[in-house]
This record gives sequence, C-alpha cells and structure tokens, in this order.
Amino acid sequence: MNQTDAEVPSANGQTDTEALPEATVLFAGDSGDGMQLTGSQFTLATAHAQSDLSTLPDYPAEIRAPAGTTYGISGFQVHFGSGNVRTPGDSVDLLVAMNPAAVKVHLGRVERGGTVVVNTNAFNDRGFKLADLDANPLDDGTLDDYRVVEVELSKLTREALSDTDLSTKEVDRSKNMFALGLALWLFSRPMAPALEWIGKKFEDKPALRDANRHVLKKGYHYGETTEQFVTRYDVAPADLEEGTYRAVRGAEALALGLVAASEKSGLGLFYGSYPITPASDILHELSRHKNFGVMTFQAEDEIAAAGSALGASFGGQLGVCATSGPGLALKTETIGLATMTELPMVILDVQRGGPSTGLPTKTEQGDLFQAIYGRNGDAPLPVVAPDGPADCFRAAYDACRLACTYMTPVILLADVYLANGSEPWRIPDAADLPPFEVNFATEPNANGDPESTHVNGKKNGEASFLPYRRDEETLARPWAKPGTEGLEHRVGGLEKEAETGDVSYDPANHQHMTDVRAEKIQCVARDLDPPAVYSAGTGADEGDLLITAWGSTRGAVETAVDRLQGRGTLWPLPPGLEAIFDRFEHHLVPEQNNGQLARLLRDEFLLDFRPYGKVQGQPFTPGEIVEKAEAMIS
Amino acid sequence: MPEDESQNETPPDGTKKPTLPPGYGDDGDESSSEEDTPSGTKKPAGPPASSGDDAGTKKPTLPPGFGDGAGGDGSADGEPALSRKDFQSDQDVRWCPGCGDYAILSAVQRLLPELDAEKAEHVFVSGIGCAGRFPYYMDTYGMHSIHGRAPAIATGLKASRPELQVWIVTGDGDALSIGGNHLIHALRRNVDLQLLLFNNEIYGLTKGQYSPTSERGKVTKSSPYGSIDAPLNPVRVALGADASFVARTMDRDPQHMKAVMEQSYDHDGAAFVEIYQNCNIFNDGAFFEFTEKETKPERALFLDDGAPMTFAEGKKGLRLDGLSLEVIDLENGRFSTSDCLVHDASDEMLAELLGRIFWDEPASNGSAGDQKLPRPFGVIYQEQRPTYEELLHTQIDGITEKKGAGDLDALFRSGETWTVE
Ligand SMILES: Cc1ncc(C[n+]2csc(CCOP(=O)(O)OP(=O)(O)O)c2C)c(N)n1
Ligand code: SF4
Ligand SMILES: [Mg+2]
Repeated sequence: MNQTDAEVPSANGQTDTEALPEATVLFAGDSGDGMQLTGSQFTLATAHAQSDLSTLPDYPAEIRAPAGTTYGISGFQVHFGSGNVRTPGDSVDLLVAMNPAAVKVHLGRVERGGTVVVNTNAFNDRGFKLADLDANPLDDGTLDDYRVVEVELSKLTREALSDTDLSTKEVDRSKNMFALGLALWLFSRPMAPALEWIGKKFEDKPALRDANRHVLKKGYHYGETTEQFVTRYDVAPADLEEGTYRAVRGAEALALGLVAASEKSGLGLFYGSYPITPASDILHELSRHKNFGVMTFQAEDEIAAAGSALGASFGGQLGVCATSGPGLALKTETIGLATMTELPMVILDVQRGGPSTGLPTKTEQGDLFQAIYGRNGDAPLPVVAPDGPADCFRAAYDACRLACTYMTPVILLADVYLANGSEPWRIPDAADLPPFEVNFATEPNANGDPESTHVNGKKNGEASFLPYRRDEETLARPWAKPGTEGLEHRVGGLEKEAETGDVSYDPANHQHMTDVRAEKIQCVARDLDPPAVYSAGTGADEGDLLITAWGSTRGAVETAVDRLQGRGTLWPLPPGLEAIFDRFEHHLVPEQNNGQLARLLRDEFLLDFRPYGKVQGQPFTPGEIVEKAEAMIS
Repeated sequence: MPEDESQNETPPDGTKKPTLPPGYGDDGDESSSEEDTPSGTKKPAGPPASSGDDAGTKKPTLPPGFGDGAGGDGSADGEPALSRKDFQSDQDVRWCPGCGDYAILSAVQRLLPELDAEKAEHVFVSGIGCAGRFPYYMDTYGMHSIHGRAPAIATGLKASRPELQVWIVTGDGDALSIGGNHLIHALRRNVDLQLLLFNNEIYGLTKGQYSPTSERGKVTKSSPYGSIDAPLNPVRVALGADASFVARTMDRDPQHMKAVMEQSYDHDGAAFVEIYQNCNIFNDGAFFEFTEKETKPERALFLDDGAPMTFAEGKKGLRLDGLSLEVIDLENGRFSTSDCLVHDASDEMLAELLGRIFWDEPASNGSAGDQKLPRPFGVIYQEQRPTYEELLHTQIDGITEKKGAGDLDALFRSGETWTVE
C-alpha cells in the first residue's frame, strides 16, 4: 500500500480516508467459507469503482478439505489501483483471515505494517490444533509487525440474524458477507453491486436473500461505528480507455472468443471436452450458450474430445477442444493427425503444475515444449499465448482464425492464473472484430494431370479435385466439406502425395511434404508485427538487459520494468526478434517452468539467454523479477 | 496387406475360382434386393450398361470377385444412376490376394448405389489396420484416421453434420483393443452411424499377433506357446454397451452381408455389424466352421425376424429350455417348427441368449445329442431410440427458440458492465 500524502477527512468525521494509488486485498478461509465468492464480489465492487484490477483465486485441489486445516485454505487476492494494474499484487495490504490456518498460510504475503482482520471466534484451541499451531498467533508475537483488527465475525453474524428462522448452519454460512461488507467499507467500495447480486442469487429464497443483505450491511456499518479502524482508504478511478467494461475471467474470455469466432466465420462451433481442472470452466461456460448453435460434447476421454473436434472440422465446422497438461498428452496423436490431414482445429491448454497430475489447481507454464514439439515426427503448428485474462478473448479468436486460414491445428497456451484470474475487459463491438471469412472449396481445382492418364480417377482434361493443391500465399490446402458434390476425397494419417493427396511412400515426396508443412507454419509469422520493446515509456530500445517472457508472465515483467526504469503468437516466433536481441547485452527469461523458452531462444538465436524458472504454483511477482534483473546488471 | 510384407506375387485370377470359398465370387451381383430400391432418383437396377473393359484393365492383383462387375447403370427416369463403379476410387487395392476384405469392399460398393443418399453424402471413417485402408478404395469422402479412434472422429462428424451418412470401418484390434472405449461410448450414445467391424481374430497389419478376439490357446507370433488371454465376444460387447442395432455376418456370404449392411443403413442409430473376415495370411480358416458349405448348415443359424430359428436346412431348430437354448431335432418326430423359438430382434432377453453363443457355447442336452449351439448371423437385436445428434440438435433448437438466436454484442455485455467516459 504505497501511501500518499493526500489525506481526505471522511464523511462521518471519525475516520480519516486516505487516498491510495493501489492496494491488494486477500480473503482467506476454509473452502467452505465462501472466499471465492467474497473475493469476486469485492472485485465486482472495485470494477464499479472504476479501478484497474487483477485477481488471483487460489484454492485447494480437494473439494472439501477438512475444515480449519492449512491445506483446506482457499484464497482470493484482488489487486486494484488508479494506475495500470497488471498483476494480482506483490504483497497484500489487507488480509481477511477467517481462521488461524489462513493466518498461517498467508501471513507471509502480507506487507509488514499491513492490516490483518481476523475472525476471533475461530481462534480457539480447536482452531490452533487444526492449523497445527502451538500457540495463539494473536498473542505469541507472530502478528507484532502488523495492524491486527480482531472481529468476532461469527458472533456478530449470529447476533445480526438472531430474529430470523434460519438454521445455525445457514446463519454461519453468511459470515463471509460480514467480512465482505467490512472490506468494502474499508476501501470505500460501493455496496450496490453485491446487494444486487444477492438479490439475483437468492431470487427464490427471500429469507436467505434478506439475511445475506442484512449481514453485508452490518459488516459495512460495523466499520463505520467501531473505533477499531483509524483510517479508511480510497483508490481513485483508473484512467481507463473510454468504453464499456466488464470484469472477465480468462476462462470466460476464452469461451467468448470461441463463440465470437464461430459467429463471425459462420462456422458451427463444435466443442469436445473431457472434464479436467482448470479447463472445465470453459466447457461449463460454452454449454450455456447453445442458442449460438454451440455444440458441446462431453467426450469419454481427451482422445475422443480431440477426435470428435477433428471429425467436426473434417465436416466443415470449427472443431475445438480444451484440456490441461495431462489431457494434452493424450491428444498428441490426434493433433498429429490434424497436422497430416491439414485440417483446422483449436486445442486450448490451460496449463497447471506438472508433470503428471502435478498441482491441478496451481499455475505453471510447463507445457511450452509439449505444445511446440510434443508430437511424433516433424509436426509443426502455431502456438498462441494470451498474456492476461482479458487477452484470452483475443487469443481464442486469433487461434480459430489461424487454424482456418492455414488449415492447421493451433494450440493455445493459457494457464491456471489466466483462466481463473479476472480483470476489466473493454468490450469490443462484434462488428469491429477482425474479419474472419472462410471459403470452402466448391469446385474442382484441376483439369486432370497432363503427365498421367488420370488424377483421382479423372482423365486428363476432366475436372478433378486435388485436396492437397495449395494456396500460393498461405500454402493452405483447400477445405472441401463432405456433401459437396464432385469433391469427394480421402484424407488420413499416411503421408500424402503433393497435390493429389494419394497415399505416398515416395522418399522425395515425404521430404517435400515435411518441408512444406514447416514452411506453411512459418507463413503465419508473416502476418505478425515485430514485437515492441516495453521500456516503461522511456523509448529505450537497446541497453544492458532485455527481459523476454511469454504468456501470463507479461504482467509481472512489465510492472518490474516500470519499477526498474514484448505480445501475439508465440510460435512461430514473430519477425524482427534477432535485431532486438542484438541490441541488448544480457538476456533474462523469467517463465513458470524450468527454462523452456530460454532453451528455445538459445536454440534459435545462439545467445546467452538466462533462464529464471519459478515453479511454485504461484505467478511471478514483479519484485522477484526486479531482484533477479538487478543482480544480473550490477 | 501386412506392413512391409511383400505379398505381391501375381494373385489368382478368375481361373482359380474353385479355390475360392462359396459366396466369395463375383456372381451375386444383381441381387434381388435391388428391386426394393427406394424410389429416389437413383435406380441402379437395369441392364448392365457399362462395358466389360474392366476385366482387361484391372490390376491383376485383384482376386476374383473384386473386379468391376457390371453394376446396373440404367436409369428409369433419365438421371444417370450410379453404379458400383462410381464408388471405386482410382487407388490400387492392396490387400493380400484372397483376403476377405475384398468381398466386404465389394458388398459396400454394390450396396451404396442402391441407397437413398447422394454419393457425396457418404463418409467412411476408419482406424488403423488392414481394414483401416478401406476408405482409400471408396470414391466417397473418407478419413483414414488413427488406431482405434474412428468412432470418436465419426461422432464429431455426425453430431455436427447429421445429414451425412457416416460409416466406420474397423478391425477387431482397432475396435476392441485400443479403441474399445470409443466403441462402447459411440454405441451407448446411439450416434446414427454404421460400424463395420472386420473381425479376423488377428492383428493383420502388424503381421499376426493374437487379438482381443483370438481364442485362448491361439498360437501366433506373439504367443508361440499359446495365448492365455480370454477372448471378447464382440456381439456381447455391443449388447452390453446398449447398441441399438447388433448384427453379425460373414465375408463369404455376400448376399447376407449386403442385406445386413442395408438393414444397418436403414437403422436410425448406432448400428454394430460384426463381419467374420478371413485373414488368409495370418489366420486362415478362422471361421470356416461357419462359412464353408461342408459345415455351415450345422454351425450357422441365420436369423430372420418373425421366423422360427431353424438351421441345418430345416432339420434342426432352437428352442428354449428353462433359461437356456437347446438344439432340437425336427426330424425325429418329437419336435416340429412350432416348437422353435421365433426370432424377435426387439427382444433384449432373446438377444442376450443369442449373444452368449460363443466359443465356449455349452453343449446342448437336447435330443440332438451333444451338438453345440449354432452361431447366429443376421440382426440379433434392434431397438428404436433417439439418436445422439437428434437429441443434440433438438436441445439446441429448443434453447434457441426459448432464448432467441444468440446476439454476440448482447453476450459480450451480459453480466455487470460499467462505462468509462
Ligand atoms: C497407436 C498405435 N499403436 C499401434 C499401432 C500398430 N498397429 C497397426 S494396426 C494394428 C492392429 C490392427 O489389428 P486389427 O484392428 O484387428 O486390424 P486388421 O489389420 O486385422 O484388419 C496395430 C497394433 C498403430 N498404428 N498405432
Ligand atoms: S487381413 Fe490378413 S489377408 Fe487381409 S490384407 Fe491383412 S494380412 Fe492380408
Ligand atoms: Mg484384425
């Protein structure tokens, strides 16, 4: 909480309101405490207050881990500010801890001097034992460096609802609304969005609706009336670009991008998927939009998910599937078939900690190699990586366009942080989206083969269809839908003869086809802009150190560069990189794996790219990158 | 055609016909079923109009019965009707000479001109194996995909393009080993497609290892001391997966094969057709007991819906004894046809009993002595239930009607929005 001098007296005259450029709030409690919900409602209010923001939900892999334990802690972090907010925040200014375990797990993230609101009703021997604590952190010195606000959350909630007919369980479950109300008050966020949301959520349960609203208000007023808070804070609206905004989670943005691609191209969206955290959210979201003609198919496994998508693509639809690391491994063979048959297909990979089942709910960027190289044979394909939750929309839309333009499978690499995180999204007009036109083959494209007596059974001079005759510019082959008369043809995984698409074991043909498949993917780079060097507005484009990153690491890197003093398709690499790299002395590559991009760049450019891998299930903080960069240039 | 195995000796030509099993030859071209052709635009029946030039130009590697027989090209209403030849691609067929796959290909190519779909509407999707090469030989749309996955690919295709006629061609290894998962799910979902399972009880393409349908004790390259695996009974797998159409036929009976295929095509839903296919290279004679004229009458029971279950040229029948099937002798005066079970393809319990007749079929204790139960062929089970693609699109249409066709701008703006000016 970078404090400023501007102190504004508050309306009631008791508490001063201090203006802050930015702040980070973390709600933490049992997975049953409703922390994800509390966090998203705080986010919504913050968005209404027109802050720029970024969120990081962080929940355990177990659905209902034993209450009170450290491994059952679910957290939701919101970073908001009046400037450009690109990460969920380095350190936390306010931690709302529903139990001792939450303090134990998350205190390390709180800035020294920061505020910790604790639910004292959970701070009893049972709570300490469950959290495996020897003593009460409230009086053993653990919290000495923090401003602690003790609130009897459970008791106050029960009192607030003492004259309702709700069960104790129902009453206790609404204590998160008290916490929310208090946090909203503390940061001068509006209550209206949450009140409205409660109204909708409990439309059919008026008793619960009223109770939750009541507790929310109680929490808000508690801040005002208690004298526990000396200061209240405000964060001025950010200078956001004009337009209509909404908060969007990456998973939602991916789904919207797919629906948009389907609508703009006129292709039916066929989405095959096998549930896997964290990709399932895309399936859930898409299955709600059937009135866009979206066909969702919950397959028997990832192989079938990929296969069904490819089958739909062969049928002239937009075949898409999504998964996470282990599922991508299963789809490998089908993706190779899509490369060989040169059919469009989009595979979304929401990366999580690996290998194997790894850390199912934690973020990582470890599938880069799997995406770029992970198939048998030489099977190149474009890889697209969004750099923020809102950018997921652009990335999904682009992935579909690339797939159809170049007749190729495309992998999109998102990650847990992008999919679950949210940020304001400037809503585009559908009409302004980049054009997306698909031209199916409707006519024969050849007149027999002058060299031989027949092509596809057609005599010389007779019109015929050559399924592997390529577009000169994109090198894409024509897309002919089954049902189109006269264009009957076969595709398959055996090597295809150039032009005719017949099975061919000819050595020279295989060399040629391998080269063409590679060249086609390189054609994608032609449409890309050379990346811009981000230099915090200084205009510098040469110097001692260049930090190169991909995907979701962008936010942390740019924020780091801001403090110290490159976007688009990831593979093929954008043009102009070499010239940029040459202008810098040192190269740092922070990424959430053990140095995959660094190795790839070394391989491409023969320069000393220093990997900086972080695989702790959490995204980089700008501070970590600053530290590493300083060490490299000092 | 096993991988990199050279089987390129000149194969038998027509003169070797005697070595061919009955029903394998080309002669059954104009089956009577052609009279039943739906009154669409295509009327394949008619005098053989095409010239007989094929006999001379066809690759000599083609076994008899595969060459282009004269499919009727005549058309009653002026539109050029399609013939078998229209469904033959320009690719050389590369199965081993004498392989049962030829007869299956031939049956399909004869059947398709008679069906009520446009040629461009047929799509053949296959997996990997000798059988998997099938689509390359059909002049239709097709995909030769990857091992075991054809049902998944076909499901995506049919679900998103319900108007197409989707056929799956698969082998016993392809469908029941690596692709077993996709098979059962395509069946239980009841995707409207025809699945032709070429069962040769061996891995042909990989040159002769035992397959999930090989009998226990089978000696193959990978089981020199005999296989210890228990075999799967494909029909029971299909019944267990709740297939809405389950049938069995054999490569050596082209008429029966074609008729069953036609029934599978007419069926709305997932149609499972097991075809006993001879791999004369690695598992020659695996089904001769059922397919060759010496033993076929005693060992094969041809099912006919509504007809009593008799075999051995009417001399024997099947009846129910408690909960078991029993062979009865219809000639010794004790039993008559009226004692026989009457086939009812819609009866699931009956299908269960028929499906259970397999390698370890029990000896009967009826008056026919110790005779084993005959293996049933034909449509074992059929039921009508909604197809997957029908349900999918009905749901989409219903929701669209209720919510109105999707509006992208409205979708973008759904939920809480705010405006910055
Ligand atoms: C993923 C994969 N594993 C293994 C193979 C090798 N393979 C090709 S065909 C085949 C077995 C085919 O047997 P079946 O399905 O019975 O077909 P048939 O050749 O007998 O017609 C195997 C194991 C492969 N192509 N792909
Ligand atoms: S199934 Fe047997 S006979 Fe037929 S092509 Fe394969 S190996 Fe040859
Ligand atoms: Mg086989």
